[in-house]
Amino acid sequence: MWMALSYACWGISIVLALWMLYDWFKVDTTFSEDVLTSSREGELEAVSEKHRI
Amino acid sequence: MTVAVETAGAATNGDRVSLLRVLGPAHVWALGVGIVLVGEFTGWNFSADKGGALAALIVCWIVGLLYTSVAMIDSEVTSTVAAAGGQYAQAKHIVGPLMAFNVALFLVFAYTMLEVSDAILLGDTIVAKAGVEGLTHNSFIAATIVVLAWLNYRGVLMTLNVNFIITAIAYVSIVILFFSVTPWTQGAVLKLNELVTPGNALPYGWIGVIAAFQFGIWYYLGIEGTTQAAEEVRSPARSLPYGTMAGMITLLIAAAMTWYVCASMMPWEYLGITYYPLWDAGKLTGSPLLENLLFIATLLAALASANGCINDAARAWFSLGRDRYLPSWFSAVHPKYRTPYRSILFLLPIALAFAFIADLNQAITFSILSGVLQYTFMSINIVMFRKKWPLGSIRRGYTHPFHPLPAIVLFCLCVVTFFAIFLGFGSQLIAMVAFYFLISLWFHFYRYKFVRRGDQFTMPWPKPQGY
Repeated sequence: MWMALSYACWGISIVLALWMLYDWFKVDTTFSEDVLTSSREGELEAVSEKHRI
Repeated sequence: MTVAVETAGAATNGDRVSLLRVLGPAHVWALGVGIVLVGEFTGWNFSADKGGALAALIVCWIVGLLYTSVAMIDSEVTSTVAAAGGQYAQAKHIVGPLMAFNVALFLVFAYTMLEVSDAILLGDTIVAKAGVEGLTHNSFIAATIVVLAWLNYRGVLMTLNVNFIITAIAYVSIVILFFSVTPWTQGAVLKLNELVTPGNALPYGWIGVIAAFQFGIWYYLGIEGTTQAAEEVRSPARSLPYGTMAGMITLLIAAAMTWYVCASMMPWEYLGITYYPLWDAGKLTGSPLLENLLFIATLLAALASANGCINDAARAWFSLGRDRYLPSWFSAVHPKYRTPYRSILFLLPIALAFAFIADLNQAITFSILSGVLQYTFMSINIVMFRKKWPLGSIRRGYTHPFHPLPAIVLFCLCVVTFFAIFLGFGSQLIAMVAFYFLISLWFHFYRYKFVRRGDQFTMPWPKPQGY
């Protein structure tokens, strides 16, 4: 049973790794680099914090 | 996860793609306690080898003081600087870019090496349980790292929901073990009076207590990881202090119960070398149910810790890319799952490589070293923060009491811990400090010219005092 579990672990690891690589390729070819790297730090704070204490 | 899919439309319509604000205080608790709780299942007990069972208890409380200071300081600064990267973002705004770069590397090293240690522990635990000749831990290590990376890739809400459940089960198992051995009765199951006597309580004297600091860190190592969720919690000013402080209280209780049960059931000579103190305690009760419960809890604690570490290391790496301290390619956010997917994928093979080539002791030592370097920074950081932006000058979600006492306590305890690490792993300590020195030179003389200097400071704060 333990050896079967070990083989199953290898199988699951390979399948999920391939899925992530496929999804990575799909996203990078579908969206522009500008969109994917458009996140900016502190956007919420810039709106909510007034600092008038 | 549903929210992630529903909001994905906004990402494709020309809007910015950012991390998703979906987390609450329970997720912050799950992240912090999830990373740390594995330290109760293995790690803390090596302090008994360094200084005896009583030394393990002394460092439990003193290191608890260190981490309570960490949690209080972190809660104040992070409730104000609520950005992914946690202590990295704090360092950037309060100290400066070079310190921030170093702190981010401390974070990535500490969490990646901890993830590696967790995966090795999980693999070794399964192999020990199976007792089958020819069975190695490699497949279990690979599955742990890849499955958890996939979970992190798919979304932070599901990742931390899973962490909450498995951390809670592991924690409850400690409570069940504690009450199963009738802690109010000595002599029946627990034999503390016989196992910890004035003759063997501190076998190496007080220098043994100092040496025990190195592994006493494991009672709480990683609670500061809660700050990495800052950009994904719905209300950072409320959730981060609440989740972090609740996590610290939870861990103090777990650490005390763990020491009491284990020190009352195993002689310090064995306690200090076993890899599975709580699982062994379960076995010693003679109950198959408790034995199996503690076996499963050990696996779940390792899984929760690795899961939280992947989450935190990826966010620190992502933040470095976003500020161009590293190539901005790393700052990509998945338009559907809203996770830093490239950072997660980049760190995945690194963790796998270390897990296959490094041994558990080395991985743990590198994690602890990076963690203590980070805590030392935090003690200096809070003093600078209070000096540059005194109380009343900016809005704080939480204000920690007795300043600057926690900062002083934290700094002093970090110095003691460095000394303890030097006693056990002096060459690794020197190698690590040399590495950070050289990488700092690279950042200062080469990489920093790519940084957009005005864009990196994002907090809408008034000018600091004295500037």
